[in-house]
Amino acid sequence: MKRYWNQVIASILVNSIYAMVNYPVVLINTLLAPLSILAVVTFASHGTLLPVAALGALIMNMVQSGTSMQGDLSHLKNDMKLQDMVVSSPTSAGTYILGMAISELVYSIPTIILLLILNFIFVKITVIGWITILFDMLLIFTFSISLGFFLSTLSSDIVQSWAFSGIISPLLTTIPPVYYPITYIPYPWRYLSYLSPTTYAAEIAQNAAGYVHLGTLDFALTWIILVAFTVFIFVIALKKSRWREI
Amino acid sequence: MRIEAIKLSKNYGSRVFALKDVDFKIDLKGMFAIIGKNGAGKTTLIRILSTQLLPTYGEAYIDGIDVIKDAHKVREIIAAVPQEARAIPWLTPIQTVLSYLMWRGLSYREAREKGIEALRTLGLDNVENEKNRKLSGGQKRKVLVATVLASEAPLIFLDEPTTGLDYLSRKELWSLLSKMKRDRLIILTTHYLEEAEILGDLIGILDRGKLLDLGDINSLRSKMEFPYSMKIYDPNFTLDFSGIVKRVNDGVQVFTNEKNVYQIVSMLLEKKIKFSVQEVSLSNIFEFLVEGGEQNEEVLEPGNSINTG
Repeated sequence: MKRYWNQVIASILVNSIYAMVNYPVVLINTLLAPLSILAVVTFASHGTLLPVAALGALIMNMVQSGTSMQGDLSHLKNDMKLQDMVVSSPTSAGTYILGMAISELVYSIPTIILLLILNFIFVKITVIGWITILFDMLLIFTFSISLGFFLSTLSSDIVQSWAFSGIISPLLTTIPPVYYPITYIPYPWRYLSYLSPTTYAAEIAQNAAGYVHLGTLDFALTWIILVAFTVFIFVIALKKSRWREI
Repeated sequence: MRIEAIKLSKNYGSRVFALKDVDFKIDLKGMFAIIGKNGAGKTTLIRILSTQLLPTYGEAYIDGIDVIKDAHKVREIIAAVPQEARAIPWLTPIQTVLSYLMWRGLSYREAREKGIEALRTLGLDNVENEKNRKLSGGQKRKVLVATVLASEAPLIFLDEPTTGLDYLSRKELWSLLSKMKRDRLIILTTHYLEEAEILGDLIGILDRGKLLDLGDINSLRSKMEFPYSMKIYDPNFTLDFSGIVKRVNDGVQVFTNEKNVYQIVSMLLEKKIKFSVQEVSLSNIFEFLVEGGEQNEEVLEPGNSINTG
């Protein structure tokens, strides 16, 4: 077990701790994307959407972990050939990815702290609400990390990887109603937003904070769909990703 | 360390064979150098054996462990530096080695101690806290070698570790690899034939996915029809013998057998013509096997009564 955690820590050291220690400027990078949209939505709504946007920024941060991981893994695999070195070592694909996933969270610790402070100040949520949001975040994090790993094993160079990130980020965070309630989207466009798992994650979080009201059936259905999205992409990542090439 | 490959093959689609029916069995400690032109299948072979790539068909065993089915067991005893691997620029050498050792399961403390020792062995202790991006090309390559050296794995794969290095840096790395191979098996691919000849205790020659020959330099020479190379510094020299003659700048190069060498030498001494004689190099063997000895357009046909004038 100790050996397993040493392997996990190796990924965390390389992909976040050493990067942060050697280049502190990277800390600002993770802060900018969620906070900039939060600021725009807050200013545009004259402050009324600040609590919803603060929750949305948390979701975006989780999704961003997946897209960042996709880029990082792709870079380490294609440009550094690090993944091949790790493949030929006792570390398994699952251990490597767990470490890399945690490293993305470690990377965004300053962002998470700042967003939690904003949420504690501006969003009135019960303890059960916070527990709901925690599970909600874990699910969307698992979804984005699985998607990131899957895409990273498919990409053969960093340019392709950037293209994947460029597509995923707006599709999962900017366009869907993550920073604002879904009721702001007129029909028939609202149906399109249900194609993104982040819409469900946002609805769950907004419901927990009392900004939208989901009936029992809707509430259950939203969770089921989000879990289904996550399990589906997780299984795809496990089955289709290439650790040892064929 | 025993390595066995049985009909090992890799193809991409139905037409492109990267490796075709490669068979060999070795039991060795030291250096197994695999040589071949670009695209000969060297990297494919090393990637299959180091569990990074699955073959299309065939079998491979390392110390009796199935490389294909029991890759996780093989990974406990191997370490590999892939072709074009780079030391991560934002890490320092000690961070590079330490994190690799932790991926092998060592604790932070153990990894740090072994890392410092490996960097000292490779003469990198003075730059262990510099960022990799600031190091020279040779130093960066040494950092990668240090990672696998520190792992103490009994089998190390190095895919073209000296490509792109200047001659002196290559020689420096050769000296390190010579020390490293004493207590483990290193499988190294290279297209520097001199490197394979100097370091290789066993040399495999790959061409278009097939293993053409395998053996130490002496056994490869012994299979040659003409195992001696003579340089005769007289472009107009004429003689009758069995061998191959090439025109070179200041004379002729003759490939022949031991019996003819004695005859030619006595004739040259009699006529007071300058000459040198040596066993054929790996480069000559490679040319004959891979290029059929016809790389140079000036080559004359082998046979009797060759007029070199």
